Amino acid sequence: MNSGRVNARIGYIAFNTFREAVRDRVLYNLIAFAVLLSGAAILVGEVSIDIERLVVVNLGLTAVSLFGVVIAIFIGIGLVSKEIDKRTLYTVLSRPVRRWEFVVGKFFGLTGTLVVNTFLMAVGVLLALLYVAHRFEKMDAWVLVALYFIVLQFLIVCALALFFSSFSTPLMSAVFTFALFVIGSLAEDLRGFAKITQGAAGVLAKAVAYLVPNFSALNVINQVARGDSIPGRLILYNTVYALLYSAMAISGAVLIFQRRNLK
Amino acid sequence: MAAIEILDLEKSYLVGFWRKRPKVALRPLRLTIEEGEVFGFLGPNGAGKTTTLKLLMGLVFPTAGTARILGLDMDDPQVKSQIGFLPEQPYFYDHLTARELLNYYGQLSGVPAKGRSARVEQMLQRVGLSDSAGVQLRKFSKGMLQRVGLAQAILHDPKLVFLDEPMSGLDPMGRREVRDLIQQLRHEGKTVFFSTHILSDAEALCDRVGVIHQGELRGVGAVAELTSGTKGRVEIVFFAQKVPAALASLGAEARVSGDMVNAVLPEEQQDTALDLLRRERIKLISLTPVRRSLEEYYIQKLRPTENCPEEGRKEASRKGVGV
Repeated sequence: MNSGRVNARIGYIAFNTFREAVRDRVLYNLIAFAVLLSGAAILVGEVSIDIERLVVVNLGLTAVSLFGVVIAIFIGIGLVSKEIDKRTLYTVLSRPVRRWEFVVGKFFGLTGTLVVNTFLMAVGVLLALLYVAHRFEKMDAWVLVALYFIVLQFLIVCALALFFSSFSTPLMSAVFTFALFVIGSLAEDLRGFAKITQGAAGVLAKAVAYLVPNFSALNVINQVARGDSIPGRLILYNTVYALLYSAMAISGAVLIFQRRNLK
Repeated sequence: MAAIEILDLEKSYLVGFWRKRPKVALRPLRLTIEEGEVFGFLGPNGAGKTTTLKLLMGLVFPTAGTARILGLDMDDPQVKSQIGFLPEQPYFYDHLTARELLNYYGQLSGVPAKGRSARVEQMLQRVGLSDSAGVQLRKFSKGMLQRVGLAQAILHDPKLVFLDEPMSGLDPMGRREVRDLIQQLRHEGKTVFFSTHILSDAEALCDRVGVIHQGELRGVGAVAELTSGTKGRVEIVFFAQKVPAALASLGAEARVSGDMVNAVLPEEQQDTALDLLRRERIKLISLTPVRRSLEEYYIQKLRPTENCPEEGRKEASRKGVGV
């Protein structure tokens, strides 16, 4: 089997996953997002003085992140387990499709869905920004960087959801993934705590702080809302970090799934 | 060349929460299916038919043993492009239409883009779903899903087709169509391995059958041979309002149905009975030897095997030969 065919199969599985999400009306969340954001923009335009941009960027990007994380968790946990439960997997794996190709294809399908979702939400955020500020400024370019970091967060969340769902129930997978998202959002605080803690507790705190995904480094919403710039080095580090962390989680999911009996 | 060589394939699962203990789903199975053969895998629910198919498809992993499919190791990725599989009670992506589903499976099976659409349409037509090709599968009935399942199993023109309970849940017309399809596959030179517990289907379609029960292969044999043997009895049908008294004395079991009598009696009494009918000037309708049916063979293989020593059964299973 040459790599072209492998890539093609992963692409077909990814596209089918994307198509399923769209047809299952996952993108309907955009309506709720649009209502929330336009309402906020109108309200902010009425009552705020000079902080319209700060409020719209903060609210808009936080909403993009939360909507996406919820989608990533709730679809991610069912990506493989639902296919096993519904036995749709049988007619896929009885074809020349390797198990790892299936897992990777599903992962790309969901991240693709989230990228499209985030893109459409980003358009909404920029329109709201234009509405309250009447024009774009140079610093608004950093909003795009914040959105890019949010997409990197989604990669990790999807990979974790997929990893947990490869060996636990959907409910427990959702709990584990959400817990890691919350803890990971406090990773910088945990690292600070680990530095000032001694003994076994310190070792444990350090281990946890560096094992959990560092979502706080991927959250620059406050900075870009204030108009601060984002260093190029951070963009590079975050990109490498997110890709490596996701790859590890996906590899774990693949390793478990490769050995799993599909009863 | 053998299409399938199952070499002591075996599967057990660990069950229980605290103290896990092994539960045997399939005892060492040795079985060979020749190319071009239609083989029926018979057994009651839970006998091990689906486990065997899942093992061959790589959906579950064997505890021991292996199999060769079309001359390749069952784990060889190339095997999958030459086989088709219809699972029991198949479920498909219900957000897709039948056409989209077949196109997707065609892509995964490596059916070339050029000609894929035409192949999909051909398959839809073959299973009688052309009119519903654009309808999402969530709106399909069970019988229609079974047809989609058959179409996806043969879409990529495989040499070997595995069908798990293909007639399950179908109405008589649907069953007839599936039977016709299997016959067509036979004429195309395909090897068909299908599991069923509907014996009439197996009798009508199969070259050979294997009977599996409680995870153990109880016997394998050619359908023609299994059903050709007479049981030393003949069935005589003749016009009469009542059973002639002399016939009863020959040991005949007779029943009257309207103005016909149906009598079964030992083969050695056949000439005496015919003489009797001639003497009484009774008009004979038919005389046929009572043949052994596949059902009798099946029931015999399913019976508790107290008369068959454990080792003997294991040997039969190991050799994969008819007993």
